[in-house]
Amino acid sequence: MTAPILQAEDLTRHYEIKAGFGKHAVVRALNGASFELTPGRTLAVVGESGCGKSTLARVVTMIEPPSGGAMRIGGNPIGAEGASRDRALRAMVQIVFQDPYGSLNPRQTIGQTLMEPLKLNRPEVSSAEREQRARDMLGMVGLRPEHFDRYPHMFSGGQRQRVAVARALMLDPKILVLDEPVSALDLSIQSQILNLLVDLQERLELAYLFISHDLSVVRHFADEVMVMYLGRPVEQGPKEDVFTNPRHPYTRALLSATPMADPRRKRNRIKLEGELPSPMSVPEGCPFNPRCWKATEACRKNFPDISGNTHRYACFHPVEPGEDGHPGAG
Amino acid sequence: MSLLEIRNLSVEFATASGAFRAVDGVDVTVDQGDLMAIVGESGSGKSVSMLALMGLLPWTATITADVMTFDGRNLQKISPRARRQIVGRDISMIFQEPMSSLNPCFTVGFQIKESLRLHTDLTRRQRHDRAVELMTLVGIPAPEKRLSAFPHQLSGGMSQRAMIAMALACRPKLLIADEPTTALDVTIQAQILELLIELQETTGMALILITHDMGVVAETVQRVSVQYAGQRVEEQPVTDLFENPHHPYTAALLAALPERATERHLPTIPGVVPGQFDRPQGCLFSPRCRFADARCRAEVPVRANAGMGFALCHYPLDKGVPQPRKDTA
Repeated sequence: MTAPILQAEDLTRHYEIKAGFGKHAVVRALNGASFELTPGRTLAVVGESGCGKSTLARVVTMIEPPSGGAMRIGGNPIGAEGASRDRALRAMVQIVFQDPYGSLNPRQTIGQTLMEPLKLNRPEVSSAEREQRARDMLGMVGLRPEHFDRYPHMFSGGQRQRVAVARALMLDPKILVLDEPVSALDLSIQSQILNLLVDLQERLELAYLFISHDLSVVRHFADEVMVMYLGRPVEQGPKEDVFTNPRHPYTRALLSATPMADPRRKRNRIKLEGELPSPMSVPEGCPFNPRCWKATEACRKNFPDISGNTHRYACFHPVEPGEDGHPGAG
Repeated sequence: MSLLEIRNLSVEFATASGAFRAVDGVDVTVDQGDLMAIVGESGSGKSVSMLALMGLLPWTATITADVMTFDGRNLQKISPRARRQIVGRDISMIFQEPMSSLNPCFTVGFQIKESLRLHTDLTRRQRHDRAVELMTLVGIPAPEKRLSAFPHQLSGGMSQRAMIAMALACRPKLLIADEPTTALDVTIQAQILELLIELQETTGMALILITHDMGVVAETVQRVSVQYAGQRVEEQPVTDLFENPHHPYTAALLAALPERATERHLPTIPGVVPGQFDRPQGCLFSPRCRFADARCRAEVPVRANAGMGFALCHYPLDKGVPQPRKDTA
């Protein structure tokens, strides 16, 4: 197996916010995430809003420095000051955002959009070569040469997302962070973009950090999965383990809540009570305990650490294989 | 007699670059207590057709229909005033973004009571009691207290519950839910869908769910109408649709679902939905259809019969194989 390109250990990101009357509160947006990214493989991060998946994306792309923990990219440590001074390191990680309508500059042609990263990061490249590379990239993501001089408004959502992918690839990154890349797209376009990403990964040996809330896309696309809840990974492991044998009650509930396109499927939905607590007031003990049907006194007092070898989960009372949901399921 | 009957509904928008036909000859029939879905991708006209029914389209829209009756009343003939008495009382609608459909300047209680004030002759006290009852019905904890909350104080799921309470205030006969869970997290989505089904069963109202999510369709409704580029291309009971789609578009859409994938590459539908200027001759799906031939590209197809899912296709599929048409329904 290839060596990991990115190793993260106990990655943490806290924000201090004003809570009024001179008081300060700390939002623990990301807490204790450890994972590895390997060339040619995909790690999917799933969870609901506020679970810290976008914060994770910002930390991994070095848009923001971590507040704690360690991250190494290609063996180079990224300190608390981030990698602001190391352009070469930053070029190794690129990101594709969710909304292809908002992430492209409407006043730049597609060509200018693609050449800009080179202009800024590779000033030694001549303008003729810059243009050539941008034109080559268009072909690679399945766009036509005549698209080079067009503006974003002339493109459909799927084509714009292709442009966003092309832009991310201009600096030959090793890691691509995909922040909900297909959730703004229609079903028929979604599959085109997913196929493109699969091809590019094979061709360029890219490591993907794939952030999504759509479990059926994740199941198709990922190699490894990390489920997050309120800033913490609660379960992670190889895709098959997590999907066929979820051990954390939250993973189990998330899977059962995902609608499946099969009208004959026996509906055995675990109905979670209540809503996500605010990340500013994370419950004591296990963060999931107020919504969990298996919670005991221990869960309300103590925090379960994530443990295990390849399939890791943070729970005192993991769901046993074959266990039939909770009493309220049906 | 059906609760809602729409025949050959078309909506055309006047744009700076000429007329654009967003809805093209759509039929909708809903019976009392029906539970149906309209599915389609963006630009398929699924929302616009329902907004036309509600009378919520801007003046640039021209609405034509052969028949448009609700509960025995011809919606095309009645005065706007009479129509407003029906809309909001007998037909109500909830929208995709609960956060932006609520008025931020008024409390949730005020907004729920508003429709009671306009459509019923309940007293102030009775309206308040009904509002509390509605809030309890949709599962909002501490309803008395939440009535005086402003929309920004509620989470997404709670706002959507408040929207549902508002829509149910006057005991509608038909509820149209336009992508009610698209902006919500999956665990909250499950709660809201369950609530809608439960309310539909207990109140006996009809429910039209507009969505693009095939998973939601499969788990929620009984009957599905598939729209493409403003046309209804197929309509079937839900289990039949998922097992044996008759229109090539439906078949291609189902095949593109990641959960049905058998290999790393997903089957795709080439091209994009036709826009204002590239509407093809003949069948609108023909440029993207893998079964299309010269006839599909030249001739507009005639609708098939109920056995073939009313497919708008020259060669409707049966178990994935195109069939020559024996009928012209």
